[in-house]
Amino acid sequence: MKLIRGYPEYMRESIELVAKTRQRRLKETFRKMTLEERDEVLSKYHPDYKKGTKRPVRIGPNKGDVMPNELADLLESHPLIDPSEISLDQIDFDVDILIIGGGGGGLVAALWANNSGIPAENILLVTKLRVGDSNSIMSQGGVQAADRPEDSPVRHYLDVIGGGHFANNPELVKTLVTEGPFLIKWLEELGVMFDKDENGEFIERPGGGTSRFRLHSAKDYTGMEIVRVVRDEFRNRDIPYLEFTSAVELIKDNQGHVVGSVLYNMETKEYYIARAKATILATGGYGRLHLQNFPTTNHYGATGDGLVLAYHVGAPLRDMDSAQYHPTGAAYPEQIVGLLITEKVRGMGAQVVNKYGEQFVFPLEPRDVEAAAIIRECYGRNNGVITPTGMRGVWLDSPMIEIISGEGTIRKNLSAMWRMYRRFGIDMTEDPILVFPTLHYQNGGVVIDNTTATKVPGLFAAGEVEGGVHGKNRLMGNSILDYLVFGKRAGIYAAKYARNAKIGKLTLEHVYKYEEMLKKAGIETDRRSPILLPDYRGKKTIERTIDLLQ
Amino acid sequence: MVQVQEEKKRPEEEEKFVTIYIMGKKYKVPAALTIMKAVEYAGYRYIRGAGCRAGFCGACTTVFRKKGDYKLYTALACQTKVEDGMYLTQLPFIPANKAKYDLNKLSDNGALLLQYYPELARCVSCNTCTRSCPQELSVMYYVQAAIRGDIAKVAELSFDCIQCGICALRCPAEIVQYHVGQLARRLYGKFIQKRSQNLERRLKEIEEGKYEEELNKLMTMPIDKLKEVYSSRDIEKRG
Repeated sequence: MKLIRGYPEYMRESIELVAKTRQRRLKETFRKMTLEERDEVLSKYHPDYKKGTKRPVRIGPNKGDVMPNELADLLESHPLIDPSEISLDQIDFDVDILIIGGGGGGLVAALWANNSGIPAENILLVTKLRVGDSNSIMSQGGVQAADRPEDSPVRHYLDVIGGGHFANNPELVKTLVTEGPFLIKWLEELGVMFDKDENGEFIERPGGGTSRFRLHSAKDYTGMEIVRVVRDEFRNRDIPYLEFTSAVELIKDNQGHVVGSVLYNMETKEYYIARAKATILATGGYGRLHLQNFPTTNHYGATGDGLVLAYHVGAPLRDMDSAQYHPTGAAYPEQIVGLLITEKVRGMGAQVVNKYGEQFVFPLEPRDVEAAAIIRECYGRNNGVITPTGMRGVWLDSPMIEIISGEGTIRKNLSAMWRMYRRFGIDMTEDPILVFPTLHYQNGGVVIDNTTATKVPGLFAAGEVEGGVHGKNRLMGNSILDYLVFGKRAGIYAAKYARNAKIGKLTLEHVYKYEEMLKKAGIETDRRSPILLPDYRGKKTIERTIDLLQ
Repeated sequence: MVQVQEEKKRPEEEEKFVTIYIMGKKYKVPAALTIMKAVEYAGYRYIRGAGCRAGFCGACTTVFRKKGDYKLYTALACQTKVEDGMYLTQLPFIPANKAKYDLNKLSDNGALLLQYYPELARCVSCNTCTRSCPQELSVMYYVQAAIRGDIAKVAELSFDCIQCGICALRCPAEIVQYHVGQLARRLYGKFIQKRSQNLERRLKEIEEGKYEEELNKLMTMPIDKLKEVYSSRDIEKRG
């Protein structure tokens, strides 16, 4: 296949049309959809609404609730461990606070537990990859916080709850928007290098569904910059951690409280028992389950383990019927299919156009609406570009950014994107890039209250693993804010809880009970969960095809 | 969901194979794959060596040589296509000491970089760090800036660092470049970058309870009314 500046020859025809319409389009703004129009495109084209992809789960606290088949499968699996083979008599780690997960939520929780008076040595953070390996570090576009004079937490509240289809927990949203600015201040104090003007004011940009320019960023390495700094601080304080060690089952005591976890050393294959007065789940999301075979933006460990651990001890979940497909994943070249193209590209002025170089959607609709409109353009109207692997996509007209804000803007503000495309021979300052929706975020999660406490005493949750903050759809820039605000609260409230907690006799009785539930429901399967890591060996590594057939 | 037809074809390129050597063992893999996917195709399941799989975390640092080529190349496995005749291995871990500090007790004094990382002075300007950086950063220049105490320059030049650590491993002077960059960036963010006044004002307003009443009103508003308020809110335009 002959490539011309990174693209197959046949795609060049469409690229020329995009270039031809560019000057005209610079002056055009596509109309935003009404709430009714949004509902229509969502119900016809959003993957959440596709028939046959979900089912009611048959056991546990959410029995009867509809969720994606892939997640229902995880919950209707045998526990990974056989409790009869695990001895709870020998405690390997005895701490006040156990934190499961080493991404943004876990690190922030660890620092705030420490700030709340828990000595570093009484905290233990475990992660199945390395400290910092997470979706948090991959976040590109930015973090919302209403701090400009023309903005307010009230506006932020409205944007969040409208974007979430009014299904959010209002109390959690209020906390998100009012505490958010304090966390931005905290990051300033820790030395995070945000994009600022010469007076020290943040350079803020719009995101999908935001009514004010509110996104604070650090080029398109926002997540990386924040995680780097928070991790550096975590290391400075000598907080103990175990890498390549998974939590495979929570431990309860005879009062029904969560009091730690069975851990599994992924390398030596040994089990450890960690006893803790309070346990914080900060395990992130489930993108690596590849719902409906979609590619994902998520990191290697995003396998939904936290949902399984919580479910096994009886903690209910919420809003699991909705998943977030990011409107713009890379659709070409093959090597980067599904990887995130930050919303900031649209925030900086790039329009979304079809194979004829024409706009068909306002570029900054909320994510679910934008994604559904792109799927409609490709499959409902047949106006997408077909790639050599049979994928379809639409153009994201990145060269517009250079026209609007001057030459060199992309290299300076979107250096991660620019670098990624250049590695595959494409210059996004000259040519548009091809995109299609990709599985991005777990909108729902474990039910928490405003103190991040789950329904099971002793168990707290922060970040993507919890639900309620974003309702049925998260807006750009609110995931970092979520793990900052609720990671901090998890650290503080878990510390408070731990001070008065009395641990009873340790038990894994709930694991036996889970097996009984499976049996009673007539579920016969050889599946086991949590799955810890995805398996891409052999042919599974070849690009997954998205089955868009009914 | 409407009825749509997926045209599924195997790409031409997938039919082509190349030979690579993973830690010395020979495998035939599709030519279109990244190194990371090729290793998985060959039958390996990662525990170490895979993180974000998108070029942001530095977990998949790979070193390789090519047949008949004396050079030692470095790359991110998730961002690099396989080539015929690659001899490769991934680095599971990079031992490197990080200085411990309490940022609150530091300042914008550029001499701090040498104080915490005195080995900086051993730099022989060989440029190996720059040549080995998979992000193509000017590592040696920021090491030189660190020796001069120019915090802002180090922060700027090191900003895109993914902390894979390959610079530190290749450095004949045993400098830990990526940790030096981290300290400089935090010093810059805390002591040199100006603070936002808008943010200060907003924090004060929130503390004074300025938004409480309005927020509580929205929280208890019937959904139909809330939808109306949402739909009629004005949207800021690019100006």
